[in-house]
Amino acid sequence: MAQFLSLAEAVEDVVRDGDTAAFEGFTHLIPFAAGHEAIRQRRKNLTLVRMTPDLIYDQLIGVGAVNKMIFSWGGNPGVGSLHRFRDAYEQGWPRPLAIEEHSHAAMANAYEAGAAGLPFAVFRGYRGAELARVNPNIKSVTCPYTAEVLATVPAIKLDAAVIHAQKADRAGNVMLEGIVGVQKEAVLTSKRSLVTVEEVVDDLGERSFNACILPHWTITAIAHVPGGAHPSYAQGHYKRDNAFYEAWDDIARDRDSFKAWIGEHVMTRGPEAFAPYARAAGAGRVA
Amino acid sequence: MSTSAKPAWTPTEMMTIVAARALRNDDVCFVGIGAPSAACNLARLTHAPGITLIYESGTIATKPNVLPLSIGDGELCETALTTVPVPEMFRYWLQGGRISVGFLGGAQIDRFANLNTTVIGPYDKPKVRLPGGGGAPEIATSCREVFITMVQGKRSFVDKLDFITSLGHGEGRDHRARLGVTTKGPTRVITDLCLMEPDPASKELTVAAMHPGVTREQIADSTGWRVKFSGQIADTPPPTPEELSVLRDLHARTQAANAAQR
Repeated sequence: MAQFLSLAEAVEDVVRDGDTAAFEGFTHLIPFAAGHEAIRQRRKNLTLVRMTPDLIYDQLIGVGAVNKMIFSWGGNPGVGSLHRFRDAYEQGWPRPLAIEEHSHAAMANAYEAGAAGLPFAVFRGYRGAELARVNPNIKSVTCPYTAEVLATVPAIKLDAAVIHAQKADRAGNVMLEGIVGVQKEAVLTSKRSLVTVEEVVDDLGERSFNACILPHWTITAIAHVPGGAHPSYAQGHYKRDNAFYEAWDDIARDRDSFKAWIGEHVMTRGPEAFAPYARAAGAGRVA
Repeated sequence: MSTSAKPAWTPTEMMTIVAARALRNDDVCFVGIGAPSAACNLARLTHAPGITLIYESGTIATKPNVLPLSIGDGELCETALTTVPVPEMFRYWLQGGRISVGFLGGAQIDRFANLNTTVIGPYDKPKVRLPGGGGAPEIATSCREVFITMVQGKRSFVDKLDFITSLGHGEGRDHRARLGVTTKGPTRVITDLCLMEPDPASKELTVAAMHPGVTREQIADSTGWRVKFSGQIADTPPPTPEELSVLRDLHARTQAANAAQR
């Protein structure tokens, strides 16, 4: 049953030290505010899962909160590399980072298998791809009907799933719109889940009969955090703040400038500063 | 239009235009970000208005007015026929065999059009850790054929890949078939200098057409292996005024939209 909590209470309740956790989103609706709260609460020893780890994972890795990352594409979308990820993986700063690397197809299938309560995912993939050589979790199975050899990967099982969505009603039912990625699967394969939302409404309103909805009883906690996906975008609310993604390339390139940025923008600010910050940063408004 | 001897277009524009020409009006194309995205949208805005462009974020038949910054931009969703969840995209649409052309780029390519977007140096001790494969490993094997577009140079067109992120023709000849892959794989590699196609038997990339003003020496000097030339090399037709103006308008719209977002 979804409980409405402050962001700080919700992160404290849902994301714990040593968790296997996903702050999911496929470019859209990235739960930045919740990630920042996890940094403020100094979460540690996390195994982070995500198809497309971007800036918020760079930040979590850079502060030393992460032991291991399971992923399929780790970059600053449209800009380049994640410098904190590279520094941790290549130089062990601020601590060594283990990785388990997959393809998108494998990760998407593994999330779906997790949501479906299966132990592993089966798909036609990794043929001739070298990841199968370096990742021992990539195995295969022979189809009992056709004898075709298919790739398998373990289902993703999460302690904690954290996502951002456009709205929740007062009962805690959540609706996502636009590019929905693997967020539904992430919540359904988690023991505990947190959804931050742009708005809390009396009624979810007019919608498609097939809208992407997570019923309140699938969610642990909901926190009302307008602007909580900034600098990524929330369809219908604000656009991606691309200038910040570009600026991050310089901020994250250097350990000291990274530490200064985290100190100023995350450690000394609460979530209440987030929406005004998003607006001040010029996140484009929807016409 | 310039009247001097210098071409009135850049090598990158030539590359994008040749890549766009490779697409047909009835293609269903899985679009990689960057150079492929510009080419696919140029095709849609010129000779292939009916083309279906699909991005791995789940957007099907998208018609962006400006080039997306990433594969998951709101612009792609707003202009799409429909947007499906990411597991459905990879299971039903890609693995299900619905895609006629996968359009990829990469950091490194070898003579059999295998691609590396994972790592420079050893996997465990990388010199440069790249973002990784994303959708590429399965795009390379599930689409009916694959087009690749990359700027050509000795550091990117290499004798040996540091890592095989996605399969091209493997070690050549029937290697794909031996791995159980039934799709054609890379059929064209479009660079800023030339068009390469795999030799029908050996599957080694062979220069099939050279862009205007480009020499064989230039191509050889920009390739990390002893590149072969087809017996009948075609001349790439220069960009038409329409191709150039549509491409430049697209880039100008994109720049204006990005500037307005700051």
